[in-house]
Amino acid sequence: MCGIVGIYLKNKKLSKDLGKYLTGMMQGMATRGPDSAGFAIYSENKKSKEFKYSVCLLNNYSFNVFKKTISKKFNKLKLKQHSDHVILISDIEPKKIISFISSELKDVSLVGYGKSIEIFKQVGNPNDVIKNFQLDKFSGTHAIGHTRMATESAITTNGSHPYSTGQDECLVHNGSLSNHNNLRRQLLKQGQSFDSENDTEVAAGYVSNSLSKKKTLKETLVNGLKDLDGFYTFIAGTREGFAIVRDEIACKPAVIAETKDYVAIASEFQAMAHLPGVNAAKIFEPEPGVVYSWGN
Amino acid sequence: MGELIKLDLKKKTLREVNDLLQNIDPKSNLRNYLVSNPSGNHAVCAGLKDEMDVLIKGHVGYYCAGMNQKALVTIEGNVGTGVAENMMSGTVHVKGNASQSAGATAHGGTLIIDGNTSSRCGISMKGIDIIVKGSVGHMSAFMAQAGNMVICGDAGEALGDSLYEAKLFVRGAVKSLGADCEEKKINKKDMEILKSLLKKANIKNFDAKDFKMYGSARKLYNFNIDNVSEY
Repeated sequence: MCGIVGIYLKNKKLSKDLGKYLTGMMQGMATRGPDSAGFAIYSENKKSKEFKYSVCLLNNYSFNVFKKTISKKFNKLKLKQHSDHVILISDIEPKKIISFISSELKDVSLVGYGKSIEIFKQVGNPNDVIKNFQLDKFSGTHAIGHTRMATESAITTNGSHPYSTGQDECLVHNGSLSNHNNLRRQLLKQGQSFDSENDTEVAAGYVSNSLSKKKTLKETLVNGLKDLDGFYTFIAGTREGFAIVRDEIACKPAVIAETKDYVAIASEFQAMAHLPGVNAAKIFEPEPGVVYSWGN
Repeated sequence: MGELIKLDLKKKTLREVNDLLQNIDPKSNLRNYLVSNPSGNHAVCAGLKDEMDVLIKGHVGYYCAGMNQKALVTIEGNVGTGVAENMMSGTVHVKGNASQSAGATAHGGTLIIDGNTSSRCGISMKGIDIIVKGSVGHMSAFMAQAGNMVICGDAGEALGDSLYEAKLFVRGAVKSLGADCEEKKINKKDMEILKSLLKKANIKNFDAKDFKMYGSARKLYNFNIDNVSEY
């Protein structure tokens, strides 16, 4: 099953309520995915030199030990703890930080990085996960969330969505891919790297690979319709906005509600019933095999 | 129908509301209900089995009015997957759009949809009459066995794939026909069925003469060795 949600604010005045809106959406989808949950929040970063790293501390690795270890290596880091995640802010070149985290710290997993994105994901019921991260306190421009009912790989943080395989990129998926092993091999040859055996990570890698070749998100997902085989509804996010696509068979549900203030996407309407003015919104199901995008 | 009884799903649980509507005292004439704040809940008004008039105000989730018998259920909003699935009798009227598998496997009764439906409308229908004022998505009337479907708009890909004896009336364009589905000549009896269904749904702006009818070519469901690769 799985539940996916996304919200993009057209009216920037609502940005302080983004986390609150997404909280209700994740709660509405808890029954579709009780195994794990995750979300990505995009917010404007005015200090353009700084990068944010979303880091997950595994195996009860302590925040203080992490802070001490990484501060020894790099100067002037800002760290903020959210449950078992840490947002690390720095203007050092990303390559240096990424390579240090992935090679030197075995109990730390980098779940995403970028100028705007922050990603949090955790095993457990979505209702608990959003409380642990205090999702309702977040503000931002747009956000994507996922509640997982695991089917093809283990219930772990690494197996949770959203998947981020490029700077400020993320992807959530309801469905299952059938050609991910083949596609993973092709993408590895093109220099893409993967952290898990999960099919969705391959789709995220496919998107990153295409975006790195200067294709737009919309073009990428249109091409994905022929390259990605299986059942899917994807929501893919970039710093500018997000897009949704369903495979041509369209077994995996999605509904979109659009008002003058926001665009909300969810697997089912019940995830958006709490949003302001939703009953007067333009509500429609995305057509099979058609890419819809906002802000890109 | 007696006085209007208001049931607010913000104040009562779904189970309480459904339990009340599923167990009406046969001697009672309180048969007029308004359900508010459905908030996309699943199975709202599923399993009703008595004559009553229920108006649901708002958008509902999956399987709304499923297994319905005798009741008239009107939804002022959109419905999720499987509205009126396995309906036996009565009427379900959706004033908005319906998601996929509307009227799936239903044996009888009438399903009226004022808007459009997504894919697989009337999948495996077994005797229901479905009237869609808008268009239907792909694979509609897949393996439809009996009953009638009226589509005032267009039909998506593979209409009536592996069709049995259901009749499909379409006013607009059909993107493609499914396996073993073909256009049929409309005879007098078919025309009467179509006219009565348009009347039932209070459709006055479309002329029955503008519809085409599709049915089974009957080559697939009788075993034929030449078709072995199709089975």
